[in-house]
Amino acid sequence: MLKDITLGQYFPSNTVVHRLDPRTKIVLCIVYIICLFQANTWLAYGLVLALTLSVMALSKIRPSAILKGLKPLIIIIALTCLLNLFYTKGTPIREGWPITYEGIERAVQMILRIVLLIAGTFILTYTTSPIELTDGLELLLNPLKRLKFPVHEVSMMMSLALRFIPTLIEETDKIMSAQKARGADFESGNLIQRAKALLPVLVPLFVSAFRRADELAVAMESRCYHGGEGRTRMNPLKMKKADAFAFILGALVLAGFIILRILL
Amino acid sequence: MPEIKVEGLSHVYSPGTPFEKVAIDGIDLETEHGELVGIIGHTGSGKSTFIQHLNALLQPSSGRILYNGEDINATKASRRNIKYKIGLVFQYPEYQLFEETVFADIAFGPKNMKLGEEEIRERVYEAASFVGIDQDYFDKSPLELSGGQKRRVAIAGVIAMRPDVLVLDEPTAGLDPEGCRQILSNICEYRKETGSTVFLVSHSMDTVAEIAERIIVFNNGNISFNAKPEEVFAHAKELEDMGLSVPAPTLIAESLKAKGLPIDGPVYTHEKLLNEILKAKGANKDA
Repeated sequence: MLKDITLGQYFPSNTVVHRLDPRTKIVLCIVYIICLFQANTWLAYGLVLALTLSVMALSKIRPSAILKGLKPLIIIIALTCLLNLFYTKGTPIREGWPITYEGIERAVQMILRIVLLIAGTFILTYTTSPIELTDGLELLLNPLKRLKFPVHEVSMMMSLALRFIPTLIEETDKIMSAQKARGADFESGNLIQRAKALLPVLVPLFVSAFRRADELAVAMESRCYHGGEGRTRMNPLKMKKADAFAFILGALVLAGFIILRILL
Repeated sequence: MPEIKVEGLSHVYSPGTPFEKVAIDGIDLETEHGELVGIIGHTGSGKSTFIQHLNALLQPSSGRILYNGEDINATKASRRNIKYKIGLVFQYPEYQLFEETVFADIAFGPKNMKLGEEEIRERVYEAASFVGIDQDYFDKSPLELSGGQKRRVAIAGVIAMRPDVLVLDEPTAGLDPEGCRQILSNICEYRKETGSTVFLVSHSMDTVAEIAERIIVFNNGNISFNAKPEEVFAHAKELEDMGLSVPAPTLIAESLKAKGLPIDGPVYTHEKLLNEILKAKGANKDA
């Protein structure tokens, strides 16, 4: 069933990580990615891994949740692993074999890199609600307003899109059931037949998406929405002590990684 | 032999996850051919989940459903064929219209049954006349029609498959009183002419009370009542506890009775109420 797809894995809780300002979390997530891509030694990878695990523990994420998020990427991970395994030059593990010691090392590091990258961003979306995320992003991108970049509009579009994903999934589910009840068959036939079979779903789905857009526009206008100019917030974001602490920690980690890179 | 037999049917959504929810919890049910069964229940009582089992859109977590003695989920072919035997009209069916013309949309079901062109044409005409859609509309886009017309076209799309059992989920939701009345009379007419079984799902007691011969009340995934309307509506207190109300005519009759008017027997349709009041007034005059 379509309903079983989990999108926006936000899981409400009240841990330190959940309470951090979304801006802090976004910036730290970027710092984390920089550190991860800097890493070129086992020591560095080990440190990133330890960092990830401790933040996961702090935000009370079960490792199984992250493994579930990795499932759809298993092909990409396997492919990267194989390519690195066979196409890295170096000393073969046995005479005439295409696999080298360097290849094994690279392959393992690549898998680690992808898994850690996903784990890091997963922590961000797991501990931050979509609304907080877009709010944080809007404020972070605010300086771009000077360059006439429509920051508020873009972030509003993002929150609306996020808001309507579950609604549209539910709607697709409903329309598919209704057409199945009239004998529509989505499971058999070749690719072209299957694509054609989707038409009875897509047409009503688009019609209803346009209808919803129209209704939403009216609802927003009747509540005097007129873009970002002069708009205030019900819950303004505020940096707290924990955020300052997190920033200092992040800066130290980044500095540490740069020094590590220079020294080794 | 009962036409539809439900044995120990249960359905669990998202089993094994934190979102696990038991929607139906072991229900048993039998219906005979030609019955008009009303199904009522509060939102989330499991009635919509139940009817999606009737034509194998959902598979039971446990239990089974027999149609004329055969398990509808036995094979892939039986799951497919049952959809033509038991026609299901969803809530707000007008949102599923997709073809360019009204004719093509009504013909979608018969076409999926791989019928001949002539047969399809005949069925479309027949189905359209059941729901009172004029042939002048056949070449129009479904999107041009009014809300009530769209809904009737969508119902015709299911009727055109000539199902032996017609299941309608909230067919009158969101329509004006005139539209409601029209759809209900279309349904009654259809049943009278074809002799098919009709399941009518609604949360509105008044709708169900007007036409149903038997009422099944769903509550928390179980069947609380399964009886004739007058027997079900005698349990006003229990119904209220389930967040359901008794039909307005019953309420009026009850308060008139409390005021001392001689009102006879169970009252749950507008017609019966009117007769009883007229009778009571006549009786008063005589006295």
